[in-house]
Amino acid sequence: MTTGRLHIITPGLLTTVQDLGRRGHQALGVPVAGPMDRSSHRLANLLVANDPSAATLEVTLTGPDIMVEADTTMAVTGAEFDLTCDGRPVPVGAAFTVARGQRVRFGRRHRGARAYLAVGGGVLTPPVLGSRATHLLSGMGGLDGRALAAGDCLPVVAAGATDPPRYSIAQVLPVGGPARLRVMAGPQADWFDPDALRALAATGFRVSLRSNRMGYRLEGAPLDRVRDDELVSEPVGMGAIQVPAAGEPILLMADCQTAGGYPKIGYVISADLPLAGQLAPGDTIEFVWCTRQEAVAALIAREREFLRSSATGGVS
Amino acid sequence: MRILPCGDSMLLVEFEGGIDPLVNERVVALADRLHAQALRGVHDVAPGYCTLGVHFDPLRTDLGALEQAIEAGARSLASIDRPADRPVVNIPVCYGGAAGPDLASVAEMSGCAPLDVVRRHASRVYRVYMLGFVPGFAYMGRVDPSIAVPRHRVPRVRVPAGSVGIAGEQTGVYPIETPGGWQLIGRTRMPMFDPRHTPPSLLKPGDRVRFVPESSGG
Repeated sequence: MTTGRLHIITPGLLTTVQDLGRRGHQALGVPVAGPMDRSSHRLANLLVANDPSAATLEVTLTGPDIMVEADTTMAVTGAEFDLTCDGRPVPVGAAFTVARGQRVRFGRRHRGARAYLAVGGGVLTPPVLGSRATHLLSGMGGLDGRALAAGDCLPVVAAGATDPPRYSIAQVLPVGGPARLRVMAGPQADWFDPDALRALAATGFRVSLRSNRMGYRLEGAPLDRVRDDELVSEPVGMGAIQVPAAGEPILLMADCQTAGGYPKIGYVISADLPLAGQLAPGDTIEFVWCTRQEAVAALIAREREFLRSSATGGVS
Repeated sequence: MRILPCGDSMLLVEFEGGIDPLVNERVVALADRLHAQALRGVHDVAPGYCTLGVHFDPLRTDLGALEQAIEAGARSLASIDRPADRPVVNIPVCYGGAAGPDLASVAEMSGCAPLDVVRRHASRVYRVYMLGFVPGFAYMGRVDPSIAVPRHRVPRVRVPAGSVGIAGEQTGVYPIETPGGWQLIGRTRMPMFDPRHTPPSLLKPGDRVRFVPESSGG
């Protein structure tokens, strides 16, 4: 299979190569990285019949203008953007054919914060420690460990246009009003005042401007502790709600460090992390306490949607 | 020992004892044991000082079996009564001068001469307790209490790669340039992390380290 290239004419605000994440090295301080909205990333690959391990481009808030050297199949999922191919509108959430030399442009964004662009065969930047995911702080993975820039060329397979089956899997995007994120009690939940635990669920939080792929700083009611000790550094993961001394929580996201020393009041459940990944500064969050059983049931329900669609070969 | 859920895809195994070499030896031994068992769906086992993070796929991992494996592992390791004798990694350091901009103030806060700080830092064999912050950043301890100066209240925006720092009883080397709040007393040219190398990190939890002064910084 020959390789072709995907040209970045303009990159958009923050576009990075991502795959499912760099797993297996957290003991050495290597963050997982990967998609902020894992569900939309998976769907994009499914729509172009890619291997689930294929890398996509994660697009943030404003999108790129790209061109391919060979006919290819693409799909864009996640945030709803106006998309055109040589000026002709193409839909989000379905595969479309792009001929050699044609320009795909992201226009206005309507809902959600991040979109995923999959190309047939995947983006083929060299894997680092087994993954193509970009981790910006350490400069690992993707294209030279950084966000894409004008003039970049990404290696892709020159597979030609294909006609992959269609899928209909509902995407989870913010619908206006607070995003509902279910939370399990964290390992230091008992460090917090009962009023703080109530406030986490009863009051809203706003994603502040001081937010990025590592985590979102949240503005809202301060969460008071009953215990004042320092916590020695311990392992953490995406979804942790950690609370520094000042009281305003930080929701850890895809590029978070592997360990930290702030107490964790809760962890957002895996099934709701894709929705969290669609939030931008200014968006609001409503946390809802839930149990492990509910968390796993939500994950199973979502997985069934993917499996059902794959098994039937898709529903248009 | 407690096993605490961190959401639906991670467990935190917690031992009592804070920053203690023997507790950490048990953590590292448990991590090695779980890693060797290669339990279905478990993709990362990451030591902390006195904790262990176990990351898994809840749709593939039998949580009950995982918890049993952790409990059985912890029981069998309770008899460990001393850290293993691992080889010592020597890290050459250029202390002071431009390489160690905080050496003079650490000396002043410790009530001794800069040379004493260097001697006290370089005379110990440290244990690597855990890695975190950035790839290859090893949290090492414990620092001589007489020079165990707290970190800066306001971190530097830029700490040069290779900088050797102190934060209370912890010491460490910054593998890459990042912001950082530790007291910088020297710098090493030895690479701490290279993803193209096998293994990618110079240090791993449980390793022993000695810092070796090079000719004085300029």
